[in-house]
Amino acid sequence: MTRVLMKGNEAIAEAAIRAGCLHFFGYPITPQNEIPEYFSRRLPQVGGEYVQTESEVATSNMIFGAAGVGVRVMTSSSSPGISLMSEGISYLAGADLPVVIVNMMRAGPGLAGILPSQSDYAHATRGTAHGDFELTVLAPSSVQEAVDLTILSFQIAERYRVPVMLLGDGMIGQMMEPVEFPELEVGPPLAADDWALTGCRGREPRLVSSLYLDPVELNDKNYERYRRYALIRDKETRFDTYNCDGPYDVLLTAFGVMARVCMSAIDELAKEGIRVGLFRPITLNPFPEDACRSAIARAKRVLDVEMNMGQMLVDIRLAARGSHDIDFIGKCGGLTPSVEDVVERVRVHLAAIRAEER
Amino acid sequence: MQKIFSHPCSMIEDPLHYCPGCTHGIIHRLVAESIDELGIRERAVGVSSVGCSVCTYKYFRCDMFQASHGRAPAVATGAKRCRPELILFCYQGDGDLAAIGTSEIIHAANRGEKITCIFANNAVYGMTGGQMAPTTIPGQRTSTTPAGRRVSQDGFPLPMAEMLASLRTPGYVARVSMHAPSEIIRAKEIVRRAFLHQVEDRCFSFVECLSTCPTNWGLSPAESLKWIEREMLPYYPLGELKVPDGKTGDEDEHN
Ligand SMILES: Cc1ncc(C[n+]2csc(CCOP(=O)(O)OP(=O)(O)O)c2C)c(N)n1
Ligand code: SF4
Repeated sequence: MTRVLMKGNEAIAEAAIRAGCLHFFGYPITPQNEIPEYFSRRLPQVGGEYVQTESEVATSNMIFGAAGVGVRVMTSSSSPGISLMSEGISYLAGADLPVVIVNMMRAGPGLAGILPSQSDYAHATRGTAHGDFELTVLAPSSVQEAVDLTILSFQIAERYRVPVMLLGDGMIGQMMEPVEFPELEVGPPLAADDWALTGCRGREPRLVSSLYLDPVELNDKNYERYRRYALIRDKETRFDTYNCDGPYDVLLTAFGVMARVCMSAIDELAKEGIRVGLFRPITLNPFPEDACRSAIARAKRVLDVEMNMGQMLVDIRLAARGSHDIDFIGKCGGLTPSVEDVVERVRVHLAAIRAEER
Repeated sequence: MQKIFSHPCSMIEDPLHYCPGCTHGIIHRLVAESIDELGIRERAVGVSSVGCSVCTYKYFRCDMFQASHGRAPAVATGAKRCRPELILFCYQGDGDLAAIGTSEIIHAANRGEKITCIFANNAVYGMTGGQMAPTTIPGQRTSTTPAGRRVSQDGFPLPMAEMLASLRTPGYVARVSMHAPSEIIRAKEIVRRAFLHQVEDRCFSFVECLSTCPTNWGLSPAESLKWIEREMLPYYPLGELKVPDGKTGDEDEHN
C-alpha cells in the first residue's frame, strides 16, 4: 500500500470507486465540487456512469432508480443541496434502498455562506425528511478517516439496506493529507439479487416502493425497519477518545474537524500537566450514548465544541442524563473555535474546579 | 381456430380501481399490448407516479418502481443509466408530469434519456379531487377554479408535447387521444413505436394521451369522450410532433 497526498473530496471519490461504486449522480455546489469532477474524470476509465443532474431533487430520485436496479451508487452535495434531497432520502429510506450520500457542510441557514461549518448535524441525525426513519451518519475527522468511512458507508448501507450519510465539515473536503487506500475485493452489492429490479425473467415481478396503503402493513414495515436501526446501533456504533486513558478533570466533546482543534488544545494543556480528555463520536447517528456517558462520568466538567450553535450539544446532554451541566463553545459562518478559545475556556473550568475543592 | 384477441399478458386480469368511464385503464392496456408485442416484458421496468395511476405497479406484470410525485423520469434515468439493457417506462398524470415534475421530464428529454414516458393528460388533478392542473382548459370549472380557469391568472394550458418537441435533442414525441375507438387504434400504434425507439436504443420517447376524468369533470362517461373532442383537441392537436431524424416506427418492419 502506498501513501498519496490527496484532497479530502478527491480521496472520498477514489475510496468510493475502490469500494465498487461505479455510478454517480450529482449537481454542482461548493465546497464539494471536486467529488463530481473526480467521478466525471475517473468513471469513464473504469466503465462506470456519471450523470450531472438538473437539481438535487432529481439527483435524489435518480439514485433511487439506480439503487433500485441493484447497483452501488452515491451522490454528494452540500447543505442547501441536501435540503433539496430530503424528498428522495425519505423515499430511499421508505423503499429500503442502500445508497451513500456525502454532505460537505457549509454555513447556514439559507444560502448563508460557502465556508466550512457543522451546521447540518441536527438535519442529518434527526431524520432529514418526512416520516419515521433514520439516516446512519458517519463523521470523519481526517482525510484517511474519510476514506475508511466512505468504504464503511457502503458496507453499512448494503448490510442493513439503509441510506447512509457521510457528514464532513467543508474543511475535510478541502484539506490535503496523506492517505492509503486499502486493497478491497468487491463484488456486486450485497443481496441485491433478492430484491433489485432487473427484469422479471424466470421469476415473479418485483416492486420497489415506499407506498403502504394498509395501516397495519405500514406499521409492521416501520417496526421492521427500526429493528434494523437497532442492529446498526448494536453493531456499528463507533467513537474515539483522546487522552482518556488516565484521569482527567475536563472532558471535551467534538466531532469531525473540531476534534482536531480540541486535540491540539489538549496537547497544549498537557505541557502544563493539565489533564483534559476528548470524546469524539464517529457515528453521529446512532450516537454512542453509553460510551459518551461513561466518558462524562469520569469528568468534573464537560465542554462541547462545535462549528454551529450547539446542535450535538443536545445529544451530549441526553447522554449525560443531567449528571453535568454541559458548557459550549460554538462558532458559525465559517469561523472555527480556535485552540486558544478552547484552552482559555478549559482554564476557566479548572479555576472553578479548584475553587470548589477549596 | 386461430386466437386473434386475448388479455395482454403484461397486465393482470383483476379489475382496475379506476372510476367508470375513466380511460386510464385503456392507456394501461395500450402499454401492456405494446410490451407484449415487442416481447420485452421480462426486461421491462415501469415507474408508477403519484396520482390516480399510483397503483399501476399492481396492474403491469413486470418489475415496477413507485416514484415520488413528478420524479418518475429521474427514477427511470437512474435505472436506465445503470442497466441499459432494461426497458424503462414512466406512467404519469398531468399534475405529476406537467406541474411538479416539469423539470424532470424536460431534462430527461433534453439529455435524450432512452426511456419511454406515457403521459395521461386529463386536464385535472384526479386523485386529490379535481383541482386545476397546468393543463386545465380555459374556462374549465374545477374544485379550485369554481368560476372556471382564468388565463389572466393561471395562464394557458401547458403544451407538454409541443414543448418537448421543440428540443433539439433527437426524440420521439406524439399526442394521442382516448376519445374514440379509431383514435385508440392509432394511439396503440404510436405507443408501440415509442417503445420500439427505446428497444432499438434510438432515443427518448414521449406519448401524451388525452384521457377522461368523468368523476371530476362531472360528466357521464359518454359525455366525457365528447368533451375531450370538443374542449381539449383545440388546445392539444393530435399526431406525431417529432420523430428522430425523420424516422417513424413505420420504417421499421420488426414487431
Ligand atoms: C410532493 C407531493 N405534493 C402533493 C401530493 C398530492 N397529490 C397526490 S396525487 C396529486 C395530483 C395527481 O394528479 P395527476 O398527476 O393529474 O393524476 P390523476 O390523478 O389526474 O391521474 C397530488 C397533487 C403528493 N402526493 N406529493
Ligand atoms: S378520479 Fe378521474 S382520473 Fe381518477 S380514476 Fe376517477 S375518473 Fe379516473
